[in-house]
Amino acid sequence: MYYNVFGERVSRRRFKQMCDAAKNRRELIAAGLTGRRDLFKMGLLTAGGALVAKRGLSARAWGQVDPSITAKQSSGANANTGTNQNCVPGNQTASPPTKPFLDPLPIMPLTRRVAALSPTPTLNPNTGAGEVRAAAFQAPIINPNAFPVVPGILYNIHQRQFTARQTSDTTLPVQTLWGFDDGTGARSPGPTYQAFYGKPQLTRNINSLPPVTQVNNTGFGMPSVTTHLHNAHNPSESDGNPCDFYTAGHFCDQYYPNVLAGFNSDHASTFGDVNEALSTLWYHDHRVDFTSQNTYKGLAGFYCLFNQFDTGDSSTGFHLPDFPQFDIPLLFADRVYDPTTGDLVFDLFNLDGILGDKFLVNGMIQPFLNVQPRRYRFRLLDTGPSRFYEFFLTNLQSTGTTNPFWLIGTDGNLIPHPVQVQSVRIGPAERVDVIIDFSKFAGKTLYLENRLNQLNGQGPAAVDSQVAAQNATATECSGVLNSNQPAILAAGAGNLVLQFRVSSVPCTDDSVDPATNPSFYRLPSTNAPPRVVRTFKFDRLNGQWSINGQFMDCNTFRFAVQQNSVEQWLLTNLTGDWTHPVHIHLEEHQILSRNRVAPTVPADLGRKDVTQLHPNERALLFFRFRDWLGKYPIHCHNVVHEDHAMMALWHVVQQGDEILVP
Amino acid sequence: MPEVSRRKLLGWTALAPLAGAAAFTAGGAAVEAAEQAAEAQRPTTSERARQRIQHQHLPNVPLLTHEGKQVRFYDDLIKGKIVTLNFFYTRCDEICPGVTANLAQVQKLLGADVGSKLFMYSFSLKPEEDDVATIRKYRSLFHAGPGWTFLTGKPADMEQIRRGIGFQYPDPAIDRDKTQHIGNVRYGNEPLMLWAACPGLANASYLAESISWMLRPETNRIQKS
Repeated sequence: MYYNVFGERVSRRRFKQMCDAAKNRRELIAAGLTGRRDLFKMGLLTAGGALVAKRGLSARAWGQVDPSITAKQSSGANANTGTNQNCVPGNQTASPPTKPFLDPLPIMPLTRRVAALSPTPTLNPNTGAGEVRAAAFQAPIINPNAFPVVPGILYNIHQRQFTARQTSDTTLPVQTLWGFDDGTGARSPGPTYQAFYGKPQLTRNINSLPPVTQVNNTGFGMPSVTTHLHNAHNPSESDGNPCDFYTAGHFCDQYYPNVLAGFNSDHASTFGDVNEALSTLWYHDHRVDFTSQNTYKGLAGFYCLFNQFDTGDSSTGFHLPDFPQFDIPLLFADRVYDPTTGDLVFDLFNLDGILGDKFLVNGMIQPFLNVQPRRYRFRLLDTGPSRFYEFFLTNLQSTGTTNPFWLIGTDGNLIPHPVQVQSVRIGPAERVDVIIDFSKFAGKTLYLENRLNQLNGQGPAAVDSQVAAQNATATECSGVLNSNQPAILAAGAGNLVLQFRVSSVPCTDDSVDPATNPSFYRLPSTNAPPRVVRTFKFDRLNGQWSINGQFMDCNTFRFAVQQNSVEQWLLTNLTGDWTHPVHIHLEEHQILSRNRVAPTVPADLGRKDVTQLHPNERALLFFRFRDWLGKYPIHCHNVVHEDHAMMALWHVVQQGDEILVP
Repeated sequence: MPEVSRRKLLGWTALAPLAGAAAFTAGGAAVEAAEQAAEAQRPTTSERARQRIQHQHLPNVPLLTHEGKQVRFYDDLIKGKIVTLNFFYTRCDEICPGVTANLAQVQKLLGADVGSKLFMYSFSLKPEEDDVATIRKYRSLFHAGPGWTFLTGKPADMEQIRRGIGFQYPDPAIDRDKTQHIGNVRYGNEPLMLWAACPGLANASYLAESISWMLRPETNRIQKS
């Protein structure tokens, strides 16, 4: 009997093909033959783009070739594009081939404000009008002057079904999706919030999805919602808790104070600690048990928060590139489409994690972006469901050259100083802010390339640090084909997700040069002694995802955090096979250690709201739980794990408990 | 595949070449008419989705109930129904007794809905050991009420169901070890294409609540702090 990497039975013939493909790939990579031109030169590739001698090679890279090459291909050459023989989840077959880089990168419009809401928002939930909210707004009770019940900035947002193309390649039909509508039409990703510290706002999230009937369902998605503002220092009633959800015809008013952490506790005199200022947040559906399906169907978007330093104006503050012209949010998502009908498909019966073989940026498959030869700030967000990425900047004409760029933020926060990197790794729900300087690439074509080798929902194929040497061998992988998998694929052999077409027309750039080592914020001290150190063991028991051997239960708070106290949380993952991106609501954390060693990689040095918990790892995190009261979750943000109970509810109360292993 | 859908699918496939031929020979109106006719025959996105789920995940294999009745997995147990699905084997002394006892609690909590609106199914993971009499005895040990059916069948068919509903490990070595078998409980509403899963060892009242969302998908929920 023969199995593929997902443990599914396959025919002997198929198994042989898979082995050949893997072997061929290894041989070609070992020979340094990774670029298309190399293969062409070697006679391994015909003008039509088909592999001659090396039949069965994984076609991932060939789905993402330069359009100038694609254009030369005869009809039918398409058969080699976009397929992905090994990396297809569950029982799915590979998506139909699509031509890459046909569509410009969609830039989400800024969320439209409204002058008033009807009925007017109320301090207590307006249940008579159909509001489903757990409690009164906390902010106006704490400080009615700073936080009026009806703040000056209001949004009226509907969750709605709509149809859209995800590529202009007509191989794929128009898709039925769910998105956010601010009055200008539903879209996915939703419109981008431009929010400001000191300017509280209120979003009315109205569920206008079609009621659940057979006729309306496209095969996945639960039309009851709760919208979480991910990474916000938000009061619990407005957080978008997974256990508070509502169906069509109901709404929830969510109060976003846009206030710095510590405003009502350890930094009351300065109305919060500016060193904890947030920049890049996102919003997404969080409906318990159905988050993966609902976000896959489109319910996600960006929330960019500005202040007197991170102004979005290159002539003020930190002089970062201008928002939104040169400061561009990029929302990454991988998807699968039915091989015959081209319909967007979600694997409902997967417990481990779902990988797609089509890469979407801002809702389009493999788009392109015309850029000027200057600095851009990009806010990268991995919306999963289960894929990790390691992004490199690739020039296919010279794959041997590395093209460094600047890391300036991890998750929601700017880091103290820019760090020059060759790549950035992000897992589901994580964000990184980077600055790419295109001035050296005038007239050239570059790619944002994911070179992380991931074969299934377990996480990256080989667990190495983010500075892993190329072709480093794996130790953690299991399965038939996974032995000796490289952690990082060769340049040009990964997934080319976004194409940059750099203009050759010179332009001005008054944004800060990261090479001058500008200072952003300072990291807050982590010396304060914890009131309690809690341990969380992320595990799998007979296929059931668990935290400390227990499972998600919407009716139980597992522990009580004391308001305005310091805690340390030890996250442990002793399973040996799985990487869990662990997310904690309300407060960010700083990573004190991994396996008792202080973190070294740049992505671990800043403030975080998601920490990747690698196999056989213990990560010790530092928290201050401040200002707000109420309920929040801790959960794995591989949303398939999350939906299968790898989540726990806790709450902040005035008198906390001392449960060490909740 | 349901009869109606098959007819529709065939109709659409048959018409597609005609639409193409019309493009060369006739004017725009004829093309449009042919396209419209083709479109009308084409299964809707929802119909296609339901078929896909059935084909990939819900095989119509024959099974035997604890009463010895022969049934088909998709046609008789799943199609048009709200269901829970889990796996057990009678000699399992690790996770199965806990999950089965938990499900007995869940059945009590769901009350009269079980057997009328909702059907619970437990499938043997070791059909070679678990014949009809064995699973009937096992079922009675847990005082399972009406509406909760225990099933066995040919090993290959049981395996097809198990893989269909995704109760497998990515590592084949672990997957073969039945003591580590997946202890989750799938819950779903087949016609509405709502599917999710809970750990079989989760709190029984919360398990019952989650399953009840399939009966009443229009539920709003608030967790008081």
